Amino acid sequence: MVRIIGILTGLVFTLAVLISFGVDTYSNLTTEAEETAEHHFHAEPLDVSFPHDGPFGKWDTAQLQRGYVVYKEVCSACHSLKYVAFRDLADLGYTEAEVQALAAEWQVPGIDPRTGETVMRAAEPTDYFPSPYPNDVAAAAANNNAIPPDLSLMTKARHGGAPYVYSLLTGYEDPATYSHDGERLLEAYPDFEVPTGLYFNPYFPNLNLAMAPPLTTTGQVTYEDGTEATIAQMSKDVSAFLSWTAEPTMDDRKQTGWPVLGFVLFATILAYLSKKQIWAAVKPAKRKH
Amino acid sequence: MSFAWARQYEPKNGFTKWVDEKLPLPRLVYNAVGAGYPVPRNLNYMWNFGVLAGFALLLQIVTGVILAMHYAANAEVAFASTEHIMRDVNWGWLMRYAHANGASFFFVVIYLHIFRGLFYSSYKAPREMIWLLGVVIFLLVMATAFMGYVLPWGQMSFWGAKVITGLFGAIPLVGESIQVWLLGGFAPDNAALNRFFSLHFLLPFVTAGVVILHIWALHIPGSSNPTGVEVKSESDTVPFHPYYTAKDGFGLGIFLLAYFAMVFFLPNFLGHADNYIEANPLATPANIVPEWYFWPFYAILRAFTFDFILPAKLWGVLAMFASILLWFFLPWLDKSPVRSGHYRPLFRKFFWFGLIPCILVLGYCGGAHLSPITIALSQIATAYYFLHFLVILPIISSVEKPEPLPYSITDAVLGSDKKPVLGENTTPAV
Ligand code: HEC
Ligand code: HEM
Repeated sequence: MVRIIGILTGLVFTLAVLISFGVDTYSNLTTEAEETAEHHFHAEPLDVSFPHDGPFGKWDTAQLQRGYVVYKEVCSACHSLKYVAFRDLADLGYTEAEVQALAAEWQVPGIDPRTGETVMRAAEPTDYFPSPYPNDVAAAAANNNAIPPDLSLMTKARHGGAPYVYSLLTGYEDPATYSHDGERLLEAYPDFEVPTGLYFNPYFPNLNLAMAPPLTTTGQVTYEDGTEATIAQMSKDVSAFLSWTAEPTMDDRKQTGWPVLGFVLFATILAYLSKKQIWAAVKPAKRKH
Repeated sequence: MSFAWARQYEPKNGFTKWVDEKLPLPRLVYNAVGAGYPVPRNLNYMWNFGVLAGFALLLQIVTGVILAMHYAANAEVAFASTEHIMRDVNWGWLMRYAHANGASFFFVVIYLHIFRGLFYSSYKAPREMIWLLGVVIFLLVMATAFMGYVLPWGQMSFWGAKVITGLFGAIPLVGESIQVWLLGGFAPDNAALNRFFSLHFLLPFVTAGVVILHIWALHIPGSSNPTGVEVKSESDTVPFHPYYTAKDGFGLGIFLLAYFAMVFFLPNFLGHADNYIEANPLATPANIVPEWYFWPFYAILRAFTFDFILPAKLWGVLAMFASILLWFFLPWLDKSPVRSGHYRPLFRKFFWFGLIPCILVLGYCGGAHLSPITIALSQIATAYYFLHFLVILPIISSVEKPEPLPYSITDAVLGSDKKPVLGENTTPAV
């Protein structure tokens, strides 16, 4: 009885899904799917590597410090880092006094102790990186209706990670001359147009984004360590910095991982040896068929 | 419990004697996973996964209880509290990565455990109850994992919850009211998040209770084995301890190596980037996908695209639930008296060349972007999935001619010279 009901149920589901299959296949064969420019001309992130990549990778604190400068001088005009506190900058190799001084260069909303009114005050190490806008409405109004996203988790929140951020920053192009795999965009899609207020960037999923190219000239920021601030250099440094903001505990994680794996490997070998010895007593010497 | 030759627990000193009289818990443990439980001597490594699943449950409970000390189930702050765990709580990043990857590893071992049951037909009499309880555990763990994934309140948390609870809306007439009742609102929000947290905390303990029943049911007939031939005499078995405690210990080591490699070096590999974006009811992600362990079922859900008598969406929902619920009936669908796939030539072919590729295809399609190709593939695989369990399995179990079985487990291990090995030498040479 169970088997008869089972076979009937099975056939009903099979029939229903095969009808779906038939109808879909028929409509796929009779209508031609149009490929969109977004799909066709979207570029995968560049293959860039960072000192903190891989199981042995560590933060390059000099690079993170440079990235911080780029963030402060350029990105912070529009973006925030709401999960990062100034005290966290100690990770980049700054002393307590230096962190204090770095924090004091930022203005955050506070309360005037005499009047109770909201005022701007110098930040303390315990404050978090502020947003340049009082609220999302103001942010959208200033950026052609797009809200600049918080960057704290950016490298984790995009499939391409830090290489994606790097590619985006260095990847602004002129759509008139852009080609991908030897095919020119304007030849394939002559009507392609970048809406006003948006900027063409093939690494962005729908090719146009509301962020004007933020890094445009060599020397836009000044590095204290003498490194030349080319666009590629600044992009790379700030991408590394954003990897750190996304996961400040990464060094701890990798440094904990090795001893843990070493210990477990050792224990596993011991477990294997004792298993072998215990079973030796009942394992047949050789197997006869 | 099970066999006449099972060793008896003997309390050695005054204290253990006293405990044994008042509460024979040590005796229970001895009989359950100690020397008092005789187990077939020929189990292969596929038999490690039950113990590993139990370990994974324990791991989730320990890491989960610690996370719950720092997590805040409120839609305003849930995402930030998860970041607080990652950044500020001592070893919080480890607890979270251990818990998130622990869920994935839980499913890895549970799937291998089910795979073992399917290939060696462990679900057949006299072990039907063990299998039924196993399916209940699987459903509980799926519900738990689904609700856990909502807790960090990222984009995938929110949209996954919305899509899955939206399935109830497919039920005719009452569907929408049920959906609103389940969520405590029209879309996932604070009410939903809070009840999901409450249930996510509760269900693992319910699961632990069902696991106890599962093991209890196991100890009545005892473990099956790769030949599927039942235990006939003492020489077919070895005591669980030290033989299988040692083997499981080694298996646990391998599990932990893979698990820690993931936790420490690729902790986000199995996750979805969008879940590091805070939930936003106004921005729909480009591709809403569940975690990898739900992909095969998600593919079945999306395979139905045509309103054939019933709405396509309802077909999808029914098929998705049916694809798991049908496991409950396997002991009665597969009537072959032979258990092990090793001795079932026809069954084996459909298993390796039908079912396994079908599930892999479903898994791939469930995680991929919807395209005409992935939809067509999941439709064919869905059809095969139902045919396999509900049509092919019942039919082959009556037409197939099994290969000759060994007389006993001892024969299978030693060849048939009947040389006694156990009874002569059962204690390990230490
Ligand atoms: C003039 C304001 C402005 C500045 C300066 C700026 N951004 Fe942006 N940024 C935006 C806006 C607006 C968006 C949203 C774009 C959209 O969604 O179309 C954005 C989006 C982004 C994104 C997300 C892209 C995505 O995949 O969604 C990243 C990454 C980013 N900015 C990085 C940076 C970095 C790094 C800097 C500093 C070098 C920077 N931005 C400087 C306005 C700015
Ligand atoms: C059956 C066992 C369990 C499974 C399969 C499971 C699964 C999950 C999953 C998939 C997540 C989301 C992970 C993420 O992306 O961050 C999660 C989160 C969470 N779980 Fe569990 N869990 C289990 C047991 C428990 C238990 C017993 C508790 C507490 C008593 C718990 C507490 C939490 C908390 C507080 C979170 C939110 C924090 C976070 O997202 O990391 N879990 N769980």
